[in-house]
Amino acid sequence: MSHPTSPIIELKQVTKTFGATRALEGIDLRVEPAQTTVLIGPSGCGKSTLLRLVVGLIGRDAGTASFEGSDITPDNIRALRRRMGYVIQEGGLFPHLTAEQNVVLMARQLGWPERKWRNRLGELAELTRLPMDALSRYPVELSGGQRQRVSLMRALMLDPHVLLMDEPLGALDPMIRSELQMELRGIFRRLGKTVLLVTHDLDEAGYFGDIIVLLREGQIEQRGTLEELVNNPRSEFVRAFVNAQRSTLEPLREESRS
Amino acid sequence: MICIARYSVAVVLLSLLAGTARGQEPQVRVGSKKFTESVILGELLTQLAASTGAEAEHRSELGGTRILWSALKRGEIDLYPEYTGTLSKEILAGSDASTIDEIRAALVPEEIVVSEPLGFNNTYVLGMKEELAEERRIRAISDLARHPDLRFGFSNEFMDRKDGWPGLRRAYALPQRHVRGMDHDLAYRGLAAGSIDLVDLYSTDAEIEYYELRALEDDRAHFPRYDAVILYRNDLERRAPEVVAALSTLEQAITAVDMTEMNAKAKIEGVSEPRIAAEFLERRLRLEIDLHDVSAWERFWVNTVEHLFLVAVSLSGAIVVSIPLGIVAARFGGVGQGILGTVSIIQTIPALALLVFMIPLLGIGAAPAIAALFLYSLLPIVRNTYAGLHDISRPIVESAIALGLSPWQRLRLVELPLSARSILAGIKTSAVINVGTATLGALIGTGGYGQPILTGIRLDDVGLIMQGAVPAAGLALLCQAAFELAERRLVSKGLRIKAS
Repeated sequence: MSHPTSPIIELKQVTKTFGATRALEGIDLRVEPAQTTVLIGPSGCGKSTLLRLVVGLIGRDAGTASFEGSDITPDNIRALRRRMGYVIQEGGLFPHLTAEQNVVLMARQLGWPERKWRNRLGELAELTRLPMDALSRYPVELSGGQRQRVSLMRALMLDPHVLLMDEPLGALDPMIRSELQMELRGIFRRLGKTVLLVTHDLDEAGYFGDIIVLLREGQIEQRGTLEELVNNPRSEFVRAFVNAQRSTLEPLREESRS
Repeated sequence: MICIARYSVAVVLLSLLAGTARGQEPQVRVGSKKFTESVILGELLTQLAASTGAEAEHRSELGGTRILWSALKRGEIDLYPEYTGTLSKEILAGSDASTIDEIRAALVPEEIVVSEPLGFNNTYVLGMKEELAEERRIRAISDLARHPDLRFGFSNEFMDRKDGWPGLRRAYALPQRHVRGMDHDLAYRGLAAGSIDLVDLYSTDAEIEYYELRALEDDRAHFPRYDAVILYRNDLERRAPEVVAALSTLEQAITAVDMTEMNAKAKIEGVSEPRIAAEFLERRLRLEIDLHDVSAWERFWVNTVEHLFLVAVSLSGAIVVSIPLGIVAARFGGVGQGILGTVSIIQTIPALALLVFMIPLLGIGAAPAIAALFLYSLLPIVRNTYAGLHDISRPIVESAIALGLSPWQRLRLVELPLSARSILAGIKTSAVINVGTATLGALIGTGGYGQPILTGIRLDDVGLIMQGAVPAAGLALLCQAAFELAERRLVSKGLRIKAS
């Protein structure tokens, strides 16, 4: 395979063990710019571990990992993080700060003038369609969907080059989830951001992902588009994983088409 | 942070107030032990010294022999009344000094001078109710050997002294097993209530007559003589010769009857020690004593300032030290357990013991008390800081890391604000413990609300005890309320409201 552009994130032969468990083994991964790459797989397959490794929450035991051409090391990770936006399942908002304080915390620490961060805050509220009055509320006073919008605003505040999202919609109820899915995809396209997103849901993966990476027990099982995974499963495991997730919905879709 | 700044301003103000309350360093400082006779004698010596024009201060009710002796040696007091028996058996234990001349010679290297006896022998006697003694036909201590069922209640000092219970039991081969240590003044009440049968008494105690007690004869001459004398530092002769001369007028001037009467006035009639001492000096030595009566409000104000001073200084010190210790404990596992273990061990040292340990290092008065209170205040704050930081959920910590905050920024902006409630709860606990424990400071001369409590116990005056206990409880509640308010300022609303 040849790549016309240099990757934003590149992992080579990355291995990580927790005690006796191999969480990741010989991972090779390229995340291309302006694309959404989705990591998927059953629980414990290492998809979240991979994301946490990129953002530097855990180290790697072997292999190389680089971000925009620089090797990810404990020394430079803090500088690199300013170019990454990280969103987790429950949002990880700081409960003692209002939505606004959460979003602008890092910008203010970096000494942005008030006008600059206020402008950016307004832009992001508009982008994520967060009502302005929600900005002065504390996380405990926000709905689950609003919390994820605030969390996304916080991740986007410094205009990062990459969004790293660990099951960002996992804790939401289905209606809000599908509404936010649509909005998120719109935002990704509008901003042209590189996204690395973890989910366990194949529908969601297909909806967001330009490229889907299916993991199994710490190894990459198959990398490709949704169509490739469905039509050309590389192994029995891929076929079973695809079928398990699609079997409940497919018959209904067939019916509604006829 | 703002609150802490305000707090330290308050501390400085309080220390100034306490400073003015103490006034100029007096020329002569007299000490006394925490029993009535010693307080009366201390008052006599103080008024006598003041009558020469010297600035005399009475640091009364300073616990027991050990505290007074080390305060004298360190020069924190210049003189105090003592007894020859205590000198030979306690202070000079191990030497053969028993006569007053031998004691005097033995104290020369210590640079301490012993006066001539004041004129009465206040030895230990054992006393029991006249009725019971008659019924059991007990006249002398040797008769006790035939009544092993009797219950003894001895003063704590008597329990420990070589010439006290341990020596007495050997000398008379006493078989009793029900032997309890208690406060001397409480022992009388136990005797009156019938929960104990026999107590140790001082032969000049007013209670012997009041409670109709029989003083048992020391038929094997176990107890040494306890002639009252004045102990003073030899530099006093140089610094204030007129005071030393005045003190000598008390030598051979107080008979056992005089002393018993004075004790009775204090303990049974409730006359104040300064008044008793003044009356004696006017009657016997024809001295004009100008008594400055302290009003109850004045005393309350002084006690309040003294108490607040102890609490404010020790607690602020503890806050400043404990929060960083708690942070270190939460950050570094091994060191952390070491810190938590150490502050826990400190907490298990009995308060009184800790105060006494401090005396050789820091003397008497506010310094050792503040040091002890400081140590006691550490554990709740360290532990709650540790717990607060430790309990922050992992997603929050990781979000802070992933946001690119430095460790210091994370601590300041996220972790400490999230732990604020837990830390404040620890400070609140420390403050309440501190206010209560500070009452013990009176035993080593810090004043505060412990002073009326101590005096009240000594004089069996419940009203006086209340004058210390009620404000102390009030102050504890006030501290609690103050921190409740602080919580509203310091703990984010986001942590105080419940999810709807």
